This record gives sequence, structure tokens and C-alpha cells, in this order.
Amino acid sequence: MWRNTEHHYGLISISLHWLVALTVIGLFALGLWMVELGYYDPWYRRAPDLHKSIGILLFLTMLLRLVWRTSNPQPLSEGTPLEKKLAHKVHGLLYLLLFSLMISGYLISTADGRAIDVFNLFSVPAIISGLENQEDIAGLVHQILGYSLIALVVLHALAALKHHFIDRDQTLKRMLKPTH
Amino acid sequence: MKSRLIISIALSLAIAIPSLVSAADYVIDTKGAHAFIQFRIKHLGYSWLSGRFNNFDGTFSYDEAKPNASKVEVNIKTASIDSNHAERDKHLRGKDFLNVDKFPEASFVSTGYKDNGDNTATLSGKLTLHGVTRPVDIAITQIGHGPDPWGGYRRGFEGTTTLKLADYNIDYDLGPASREVELTLSVEGIRQ
Repeated sequence: MWRNTEHHYGLISISLHWLVALTVIGLFALGLWMVELGYYDPWYRRAPDLHKSIGILLFLTMLLRLVWRTSNPQPLSEGTPLEKKLAHKVHGLLYLLLFSLMISGYLISTADGRAIDVFNLFSVPAIISGLENQEDIAGLVHQILGYSLIALVVLHALAALKHHFIDRDQTLKRMLKPTH
Repeated sequence: MKSRLIISIALSLAIAIPSLVSAADYVIDTKGAHAFIQFRIKHLGYSWLSGRFNNFDGTFSYDEAKPNASKVEVNIKTASIDSNHAERDKHLRGKDFLNVDKFPEASFVSTGYKDNGDNTATLSGKLTLHGVTRPVDIAITQIGHGPDPWGGYRRGFEGTTTLKLADYNIDYDLGPASREVELTLSVEGIRQ
């Protein structure tokens, strides 16, 4: 039920997957929206604070997810050998992009040595700051990675739908229910 | 060997002659950071927010016998804006404000100098900012001049002016109290 088996995802993996999925899409939308806000908009300060706080919590969640993933069996993937290979690469790239995205975001806000406040509960101190044009370079990287990740998410989702509607296999279903 | 000697004499003359004919040319000491381009703008109308441009260079000429013949030229790298807050600076460099990718330089070239005789003057010139060139008047105070302890000769001024951001097509709405920005240029020149 909780842990993965060779054929099924456990409840923890499923919950983490959908929590991260919804958060990533939410953060992407929030990010696009917040950079266009006018100075007198009530959300001008609140939206970036929210974006940063959720981003840090997402980072912690992803660490947890990595630990859980490495300490659980991975259900065997379905499809042709090429599809399996491709799926494996896309999953790896999703993790890589997500971590790079979060690190680049962190480097924008901490470029001048300021810490990031997470919902006023705790703050994450700056580790790397004061690099030449740090906030601009990190900002550009963050933007490019954001679009890249969403493009890859779309590919990932289309592949899941293909498994469900064309191949008619268990790939999507097993990410929705811990038992069949 | 002989030709090399001639070249080096010619080069020495080429370097020496301009400094003889225009003894009152100064290079603004940005290398030693005895020059500052600072701005301040009201935040919401409740306080002053200050910042500066870290990278710029410039020259001026000043002749005590003919102060009204003074000339000034300053070039500013707009990306070097520094308001002591990385996220704000990133915003200021972006399209809402300076758009430094499109307009990497701002410049001031003088067109006139009117000495008031009491160490103050009005410096007129053309300021190019955000791709817009407009005439500006800068109120000048001469702070001092004289030999420095290391064998050089220095002369310093401070100039202030006020710009309307909208005049330079910077129209991001910071509120009614924040439509003008004050510029202060504190420069020390080393005589060449």
C-alpha cells in the first residue's frame, strides 16, 4: 500500500508525484503572472514571496522524493525497448531540470546575500552571492529552464496518455491508484 | 635600430604634445573610485531610495582663465545600476526601466558652461538615456582643486539635476511621488 512493488507504485510515490506535478504547474503560472504585476498591485510583494516559499518547500519535497525513490523498487516500465529507454531519459531529465530550476531561482533571490523567508516560518541563508551579474544570469537561466521543464512535462503527459489510450496498458492507471 | 629610435621619438612627441597644448584636460578618476554617479527617487512619497551606477568613465576640460569653455563627457554602463538589492536591480535593468540589453550605455555630452563666479556654474548638455537624447542643465559646484600627495593635480565638482522618467520613455508606474529622479554626479578629475 505505502511502498512501491515491482508492478505498482505505493501511495507515497503516487502522492509525491501528483503533489510535485500540481506544484510545478502552479509555480510556473504564478511565475509568469507575478513578473507582470504593477507596483501598486496588492500581489506585487505577496506573489514573489509565495513563489519563493513554495519553491523552497518543493525542493525539500523533491529531496524526500529522491530518498523514497532510491529506497523503493521502481515498477517496471511498459512499452517497446526504445520507449522504455526514452521514458527513463525523460524521467532523469525532469529531475535534473527541476533541481536546476530551483537552484537557479534560489541564486536570484540570494544574489546580494539576503536570505529567503519561507512563509515567515524559517529562512534559507545565501550560500553563493555576489557573483558578477548573478541575479541577471540566474534569472535568465531560471526562465529558460522554466519553459524547458514545462515543455518536457507536456511530453511526459502526452506519453502517459498514449500509454493509456493507444497502448491501453497500466502505465497511467498505476500512477493514479496504488492497487489495481 | 635607427628607425626604431625615430619611431620612439615620434611616439613620445605624439604623447607629449597634446598634453602641452591642452594642459587643462582631466580624466575622471573612476579607476581610484573618486567619482560617483548617484540617483535618488522617492519611494511611495514616504522616503528616499538611493542608488548609483558603478561603471562609467569620462573626461572634462577646465581652464581657470576661460571656465565657460569647459567641456564634459561621461559614459555610463547602465547595467551597473546598484540599489543594494539584487532583485530590484534585476527589475531596474529589465524592460520596465532601463532595458540595458537594448540600451547598454547612457551618456552626457556638454554643450555649454556658464560660470557664476562663486564656484558654482550651470552645465548644459545632452543626456542620452534609454535611447532618448534630451537637453539637461546641471547645477555645478566646484568643490576644490590642487596638487595631490602623489605628484598629480586634481579638480573636483559636484553636479545635480532632476529628470522626469517619462521624458526618457520610462513609464513604469511607481506612483505619483516617484515620477522624477534626482541625479548627483560627484567627480574628481586627474589632470593629464
